[in-house]
Amino acid sequence: MVSFLFKRLIQSFIVMFTVALIAFSMFRFVGDPINNMVGQDTTQEQREELREQLGLNDPFVVQFLRFAGNAVVGDFGISYKFKVPVSEMIAERMPATLELAFVSAVLALVVGIPLGVYTALRRNGVISKMVMTMSLFGVSLPTFLIGILLILFFGVVLRWLPTFGRGDVVDLGFWTTGFLTKSGILSLILPSITLALFQMTLIMRLVRAEMLEVLRTDFVKFAKARGLPDRSVHFKHALKNTLVPVITITGLQLGSLIAFAIITESVFQWPGMGLMFIQAIADVDIPIMAAYLVLIAFFFVVINMIVDILYYAVDPRLRTSDGS
Amino acid sequence: MELLQINDLKIQFPSRRGTVDAVKGVTLTVKPGEVLGVVGESGAGKSTIGNAVIGLLEPPGRVAGGDVYLKGEQINNLDRDAIRKIRGRRIGMIFQDPLTSLDPLQTIEQQLVETIDLHLKLGAEKSLERAIDLLDQVGIPNPAERIKHYPHQFSGGMRQRVVIALALCAEPEVIIADEPTTALDVSIQAQILELMRRLCREKQVGMLIITHDMGVIADITDRVAVMYRGDLVEEGTTQKILGDPDHPYTKSLISAVPRPDVRLHRFPMVDYIEKEEDRKKDFDISTHWLGQAQDFDAVEGSLVSVENLVMKFISKEALLKKNRQYFTAVDNVSFDIRQGEVFGLVGESGSGKSTVARMICGLYKPASGSVNFGGTDLTKIKSETELDYYRRQMQMIFQDPFSSLNGRMKVMDIVAEPIRFHKLASSNQEVETIVLDLLEHVGLGRAAALRYPHEFSGGQRQRISIARALATRPRFLICDEPTSALDVSIQAQILNLLKDLQEELGLTMLFISHDLPVIRQMCDRVGVMKMGQLVEVSETETLFEAPSAPYTKELLSLMPKLDKLSHSGLEIED
Amino acid sequence: MEKAVETTRLERFLDSDIWHSFKSNPVAIVSLIVTLIMVLSSAFAPLLAPQDPFDLANIDIMDSSLPPSWMAEGDPRFLFGTDDQGRDILSTIMYGAQISLIVGFASVVFSMVVGISLGLISGYAGGRVDAFIMRVADIQLSFPAILIALLIDGVARGIFEAHLHEQISIYVLIFAIGISGWVQYARTVRGSTLVEKNKEYVQAARVIGIRPITILHRHILPNVMGPVMVIATIHLAIAVITEATLSFLGVGVPPTTPSLGTLIRIGNEYLFSGEWWITIFPGAALLILVLAVNLLGDWLRDAMNPKLR
Repeated sequence: MVSFLFKRLIQSFIVMFTVALIAFSMFRFVGDPINNMVGQDTTQEQREELREQLGLNDPFVVQFLRFAGNAVVGDFGISYKFKVPVSEMIAERMPATLELAFVSAVLALVVGIPLGVYTALRRNGVISKMVMTMSLFGVSLPTFLIGILLILFFGVVLRWLPTFGRGDVVDLGFWTTGFLTKSGILSLILPSITLALFQMTLIMRLVRAEMLEVLRTDFVKFAKARGLPDRSVHFKHALKNTLVPVITITGLQLGSLIAFAIITESVFQWPGMGLMFIQAIADVDIPIMAAYLVLIAFFFVVINMIVDILYYAVDPRLRTSDGS
Repeated sequence: MELLQINDLKIQFPSRRGTVDAVKGVTLTVKPGEVLGVVGESGAGKSTIGNAVIGLLEPPGRVAGGDVYLKGEQINNLDRDAIRKIRGRRIGMIFQDPLTSLDPLQTIEQQLVETIDLHLKLGAEKSLERAIDLLDQVGIPNPAERIKHYPHQFSGGMRQRVVIALALCAEPEVIIADEPTTALDVSIQAQILELMRRLCREKQVGMLIITHDMGVIADITDRVAVMYRGDLVEEGTTQKILGDPDHPYTKSLISAVPRPDVRLHRFPMVDYIEKEEDRKKDFDISTHWLGQAQDFDAVEGSLVSVENLVMKFISKEALLKKNRQYFTAVDNVSFDIRQGEVFGLVGESGSGKSTVARMICGLYKPASGSVNFGGTDLTKIKSETELDYYRRQMQMIFQDPFSSLNGRMKVMDIVAEPIRFHKLASSNQEVETIVLDLLEHVGLGRAAALRYPHEFSGGQRQRISIARALATRPRFLICDEPTSALDVSIQAQILNLLKDLQEELGLTMLFISHDLPVIRQMCDRVGVMKMGQLVEVSETETLFEAPSAPYTKELLSLMPKLDKLSHSGLEIED
Repeated sequence: MEKAVETTRLERFLDSDIWHSFKSNPVAIVSLIVTLIMVLSSAFAPLLAPQDPFDLANIDIMDSSLPPSWMAEGDPRFLFGTDDQGRDILSTIMYGAQISLIVGFASVVFSMVVGISLGLISGYAGGRVDAFIMRVADIQLSFPAILIALLIDGVARGIFEAHLHEQISIYVLIFAIGISGWVQYARTVRGSTLVEKNKEYVQAARVIGIRPITILHRHILPNVMGPVMVIATIHLAIAVITEATLSFLGVGVPPTTPSLGTLIRIGNEYLFSGEWWITIFPGAALLILVLAVNLLGDWLRDAMNPKLR
């Protein structure tokens, strides 16, 4: 267990290192950082001075280590456009994105897994076929189009739900939440459905496929041949075996929710990190882009660690070596 | 009264090419304490019978007619719940592959206790007691502790014991076993069969055992039913069926079984099953391309000799080289193969015999030791082009006819590939002529060239493999379990073909098999391998009549006896 | 002697389970027809479209914001209505789908070439090469395709000047979408290669002496193409969606040559003022195209894996 976790930690470190290297290279080589910081009327001397001050004349390795060191404590420099520290901008916007991603993840899992199990068990049922057809629409509709259609229907035609922003939020000091006000919760509904729908269909189809695979195995056949009732065969034996491979892929999918939020946030003008990132791309605001990239990688690594531990807990083949 | 009675059972599989009648009206009975064997080759329809009896036939298969009675009570028309109460409670099932028959995420205890409590309603504590008792009965040492383990912590043979314990949970009246020992090694097979036999007698359980293996039939059954293409062709006591069969199919089948007791010149072919195409030899082998000598250096003494071969596989990967764990698959093996002889290597799975073959032909690089071919150490040669000269002299025939041919290529291109690669013919025209002759020579006929592998049966594919191996005009042929994936009757044909070719072309052969009777029929000298080591090398007849190594003796004693087999019409070699 | 009957490729295909499954699956047939109609009508848009929406001479500002022809204020010349500049929506869709499909197909081909090559090498060579390629793939997998495409586009904007970026944006887009998709192919091909290379027909080729590059090309490649075709079909749908999304976010193709995504973005601004047709029809076209391709992919996957039926 310890060596397993240690191996995983090393791998995570390699991932973070590579991503930091990419982020730093972007920062260093795309455009001239000095040009982006100063105005037109700055003299050549002043520029050189600033360059020296910022350490841009140091060797590459030194600069990278400095960048990485700063990144570890959350310092990504100052936004070219807004002239404020990137870390502040991110801290301000992170709660919006994480709350949206969290609600969507719960939605995707709570709806996706049971539907996947149901459609696998009642493979030829009418409801299953309908759900499967609907799920194809789910993967075929681009996220932004889902958002637009939801806005058109619930916002423009029915006027039931708010279509942009977070509504009223409560500031807890370190975190702003939309969970505590009515308008905050109402504002969450359409964006979270939009964000969850694609993942939901993916998870559902994945669970279904895995479940069908497991239902064909010999041990399920043997369990039936021992006279075990369907309930036990399906839920005690088949479902648990289905979840082993599902955990990994689902973990990856949920990790990508945070990045997928970019689209949802820009459709609903949701004041999260994704919206900030999209604007940063249009403005070529490299510090924000670099910070966002590193942050996403960090979330991914953390989720992956959790998934690995879960995997370990579920599958005895990893826990116990061959004892025979 | 009969315990289990199957009357005129018909099973069909609808497919887009029409309905296949897998079982065409089969009637069988099993008495308490009796073991009935159902034997047949692939496609005989035998394996669907067991599933049909307990109502678990896999779709699209369906029971098209017939009745099943358990102690006089009809059970084939029961509803889902009623038949489920019979499964496990009154009829136990044992499947072929113990490695996949158990839920990998639950301990043995959870699986046993769930089944026992379901059927016998003993409560958790009593169920656990019974579970431990059952494990003890099926011969699992230290059951109270082992019951806490997961399936992957048991070996294949032990898992099959657990499967048997699970089948016995509720003291069923009948056990249906579908190829219960096919996935196991001979030594384990003998133990498992012995266990099943004993349990049957003690508990007066009736058993239906479905198998393709005459050895299993001879070892364990009281009566035998022989199936052929969905029909029951003959039924009788085991003594009668093996010793004095009536039906021509049974005769043909029995005569094709490799004998452990005597060496035959050829397998007598009673061509009931698949008509062997005449091997047309409308060319004189001595003047034909195939029979012409190549520019190979003459060799005196042994053609191939391996010295101190060692092969290690990484069993546990680690970041640092020193932390890696290795498994020694071949441990210091040396032997010679004389020019023109058939040298056999025999051993159980994992003994390293195939690994040796793969090192000789260069598929694996040995960790140490040398492979000498005609006096040249092949492991020292670095240049690919230089190696090509030796590759041409040495070819290999593989085990699995379904994966040894590239399904995307026509037979013509498959057989022509070695000729083209080694530039053994001057024109495309000549290549084609050679390929057609080769196909005819292995008994396939010229028309085969234009077809794809999937259009052929397993035996025919193995003939294509042989043609491809002969296409470099090798003088050394490695046969790695060439018939272990084939039915006995097809196996007999292929072994005959290999014998004929070896004689005609003066080939030297390395013949690898786990099957001792096959080895006896094919080889001049034999090496016995155990866990990577060569424990004995002897002349074949000496090995079978007077083995020297204790392991060889043990292997020979575990060999199915088959002494009831009929001896009529055999050409016995002396 | 038995007459030699050659099995031709066509005969083999007509006898195959795939063709049979296709013939008996109306959904697959309809999907293929719809896909073909969409592809052909966009490929020949200059010949088929009622109007060239990007030729200013054809556009009359007086026709702007007309609803579809079947509505009260509709004009029979414009089936799906017009946008704010008086362009025929149907024509812009046909031209837009052309851009979407070009980007889609080109990025799929790009992904395929990169992914298949790396997958074959990784699976066959094993060892360090394999470990390296798969580690890179793992790292890339931590980022959704859309994010990678966005980053590449962002970097391109930083490197190239604005007007130059506009000219090459379509190539940047193909590169960005293509590079973000190779991992799937590489992983699948690697997996199948690992299986195939241990099969006996590959070992037989090695015993003959055939060199690795020939083995990869002649023996392994044809045998791993089945799953690749399934991925490619589904990937085409994803590539079209990704392009549309990027264009919708305003970082895809420039508005001078709008794709379906650009059209939806432009139309989105008029959604609240009730001119729904400007965004809904391009959206519907996108949905139909992607749905048809996805249905084809879905059918293909089931047909190639007969166990699932």
